[in-house]
Amino acid sequence: MSSTLTDLSMLELGAKLAAREVSSVEATRASLARIAQVDPKVRAFLRVDEAGALKAAEASDARRQAGSPLSALDGVPVGLKDIFLTEGLETTCGSRLLEGFVPPYDATVVRLLKEAGLPLLGKLNMDEFAMGSSNESSAYFPTHNPWDLTRTPGGSSGGSAAAVAAREVFGALGTDTGGSIRQPAGFTNTVGLKPTYGRVSRYGVIAYASSLDQPGPMARTVGDTAALFQLIARHDPLDSTSADVETPDCLTGLEDGVRGLRLGVPREYFSDGMDPEVAGTLRASLEELEKLGATLVDISLPHTKYALATYYLLASSEASSNLARYDGIRYGQRAKDARGLKELYTQTRGQGFGAEVKLRIMLGTYALSAGYYDAYYLRAQKVRTLIREDFTRAFGQVDAIVSPTSPVPAFKLGDKVGDPLSMYLMDVYTLPCNLAGLPGLSVPCGFTQGGLPVGMQLLGRPFDEARLLRIARAFEREHDFFRRAVPV
Amino acid sequence: MPLSDFQTVIGLEVHAQLLTQSKIFCGCSTAFGAEPNHHTCPVCLGMPGVLPVLNQRVVEYAVRAGLALGCSVKPTSVWSRKNYFYPDLPKGYQITQYDQPICEWGELVIDTPSGEKTVRVRRIHLEEDAGKSVHDASASAGQSLVDLNRAGVPLMEIVSEPDLRDADEAVEYLKALRDVLVYLGVNDGNLEEGSFRCDANVSVMPKGSTTYGQRCELKNLNSFRFLKQAIEYEAARQVDVLESGGKVQQETRLWDVNKGVTRSMRSKEDAHDYRYFPEPDLPPLRVSDALRDSQRQSLPELPRAKRTRFISEYGLPAYDARILTAERPLADFFEACAAHVSDAKKLSNWFLGELSRLLKEEGTPLSALRFTPAQLGELLATVEKGTVSANAAKDVLGEMFRTGRAPADIIAEKGLAQVSDVGAVEAVVDDILAKNAGEVEKYKAGKKSVYGFFVGQVMKAMKGKGNPGLVNELLKKKLGD
Ligand SMILES: [Zn+2]
Repeated sequence: MSSTLTDLSMLELGAKLAAREVSSVEATRASLARIAQVDPKVRAFLRVDEAGALKAAEASDARRQAGSPLSALDGVPVGLKDIFLTEGLETTCGSRLLEGFVPPYDATVVRLLKEAGLPLLGKLNMDEFAMGSSNESSAYFPTHNPWDLTRTPGGSSGGSAAAVAAREVFGALGTDTGGSIRQPAGFTNTVGLKPTYGRVSRYGVIAYASSLDQPGPMARTVGDTAALFQLIARHDPLDSTSADVETPDCLTGLEDGVRGLRLGVPREYFSDGMDPEVAGTLRASLEELEKLGATLVDISLPHTKYALATYYLLASSEASSNLARYDGIRYGQRAKDARGLKELYTQTRGQGFGAEVKLRIMLGTYALSAGYYDAYYLRAQKVRTLIREDFTRAFGQVDAIVSPTSPVPAFKLGDKVGDPLSMYLMDVYTLPCNLAGLPGLSVPCGFTQGGLPVGMQLLGRPFDEARLLRIARAFEREHDFFRRAVPV
Repeated sequence: MPLSDFQTVIGLEVHAQLLTQSKIFCGCSTAFGAEPNHHTCPVCLGMPGVLPVLNQRVVEYAVRAGLALGCSVKPTSVWSRKNYFYPDLPKGYQITQYDQPICEWGELVIDTPSGEKTVRVRRIHLEEDAGKSVHDASASAGQSLVDLNRAGVPLMEIVSEPDLRDADEAVEYLKALRDVLVYLGVNDGNLEEGSFRCDANVSVMPKGSTTYGQRCELKNLNSFRFLKQAIEYEAARQVDVLESGGKVQQETRLWDVNKGVTRSMRSKEDAHDYRYFPEPDLPPLRVSDALRDSQRQSLPELPRAKRTRFISEYGLPAYDARILTAERPLADFFEACAAHVSDAKKLSNWFLGELSRLLKEEGTPLSALRFTPAQLGELLATVEKGTVSANAAKDVLGEMFRTGRAPADIIAEKGLAQVSDVGAVEAVVDDILAKNAGEVEKYKAGKKSVYGFFVGQVMKAMKGKGNPGLVNELLKKKLGD
């Protein structure tokens, strides 16, 4: 029974809970059983909160009994990337430095999920401080791709993607700074939405690069993604960059199709570096969208080639400042034998941070230093404006932009460790969207010969998530890729 | 060249805590003197995941100060991060304003021995305060403690141009600035508690030169006296360095209160690279026309304007006007009382004399005064009419001060009213002159010094309540003068 129950989508489970065909406790127990069964192989979880999840499930069942559910997803258990602060539940952000840190408050999105009645199964693995594209820079262990355990699920929200794909959770939240939701979604046959910057509150989300970070939903179907998104897309007075806009209705009109839509195909995104199987799958998908009634438009985003350098300069600069608070003084790990203040800082940070984090802190510190600021940070900000303008121009012509999510399918664990630059190239299609603050979505669009998932990326105008979901749903309806059984 | 051949050049950077109830980026209290770390929350503790939310009252106060100092208020300014490691800096950076502050280019007029002088205010910017490290004996050996109650308290930094030319001008500027901020109600002007503090940039150059010398920054100047002493010491030190063929090094120096010297704190070589960049967690700070206009309309009359008006409107000497306008509550109370008296100078004498003595001795703030302006006016009128003597009036004021009772009641109860009835006084005068016929003879023979004796006897007989004018008048008449 557990295997069939955990195969349900969030909305399907929600319907069964509403019809009282199944209880939240049963669904939560099914998830816990599935976690016990497959997580020793997948290793998506840093921490399973069995007691907390069951308690929340019981409370949900009581509400259903009383006929007063809090939302359509009341009782549907989900997982959280370990970047979200959870009151009373250890939160490490994949780092040794925060080991043992028990937050005194919930992130706004965590509060919203609790208020909607969703039991939280636990905290999911991630690249340390969200820096990485493969989950291998987690300080604890790498997560494995459920479609091929020798491969990475992508990063930095790889734990969330793997748990969703492996049916350990019905849905999850991740964060996306340069593609950290979409790239792992593409690697794992799941749907990931990076909302418009400012759409979802960052309060209580451990910061990597403040001007780029954005939390978002990860799920198996487009409908689930839309439903989860609607729960967390709220204006938050605790986040000064939170947009004061209405919560979108993404479910009404989700089935409206793509007829009459103009979809841009940026020539810069179909470059030489792309894996031939990914390229073939994408071309076939574009033809399908055309058949479904969309018009494909050849467009150009001329500053794309500068996006990678711009992204790493800005993200590293902000990270070098955001991570300064981990000094061993107030929380987390402190170096044991440090003598004097300077030693306390250097040893705490030296022992607590992993290699990738140190690399980016140094890069950012350098880029912001007196004498280099104009040449690096300031110039990167100017290029960022140009990239934004590229998109604005493009959206004068088209309703959405279509591209691959990643140039290659999931790569082997260990393959790119030690070669940061080739790792950074994994984000080449996803990060321009973060620089421009736009919404982006990855939807499954096929499999390689070897059975590895391929993702299609959709980019939209600011606050136009509903349209991206509608396009993704039109494509999903033709395939039902999410029904395909995961081998693990 | 001797010291007198050099010109001192001074610019001041003043940090003023804004009088808001809550901190600049969170809702924690700014009250002084709480238990360590009691006024803290995840935001001001710099916990992971927290974000700043701007306290709008801070913006209002800064705009108010900017307008009062004649600055242009920028419609858009920008928050920046100033990055450095220190245990009392919870986030590892301070949120401040850097190259685009909220106010720019104003001025403050001060008095100098050679007349009025206009000092340019280059900029006013906003920032958060850091916490406090406590190297306390009660902690275990070698340990330091951190108190973050102050972390996130809103500060306004007011930076002058190097327009000041000696320590007295610097003190005058600092006092004038404090008066303005206190008048506006944006700062309490308390140097001891550090809510109004000052750093000075000091350099020297040969007289007649137009090129400024290398400057040093002086810190820890928490009184007007220390500011004056530190500048004078530092200017002399720099002249000594130059005179002995050396070069003044750019550095930060601390004023050593005990030794009365400045000493090096850090040099340019180990100066921080603060790696400023725009704060991504806060949108640019926008000041609407409506906010600026409403602040402009609600600006009070400022100390200097008030002083000028007191001189012209009440005919007061400059000295009196300055003291009466130094603090807004005192000036307001003076004006309230002036509405009830005919002679403002006499009122001023009471303010500068008896009232200020009472306020000081009893430690009562003006806001807690028990008597009303009308009552004080009544007392002064009573003195004017000769109903009570000036001396007795002091007693009456003391009683009014303590109880708030009406002067007429106090005079009646204590029997302080003067006797101005001609018949009654005449009877006493006649009686005294009759009893002292010998002295009267001496007086008439030319020993005029006896006159005081007669006055004394009359007053004694009347228990001090005889109207002095009337007593004199009758005595002289009876003695045939
Ligand atoms: Zn606080």
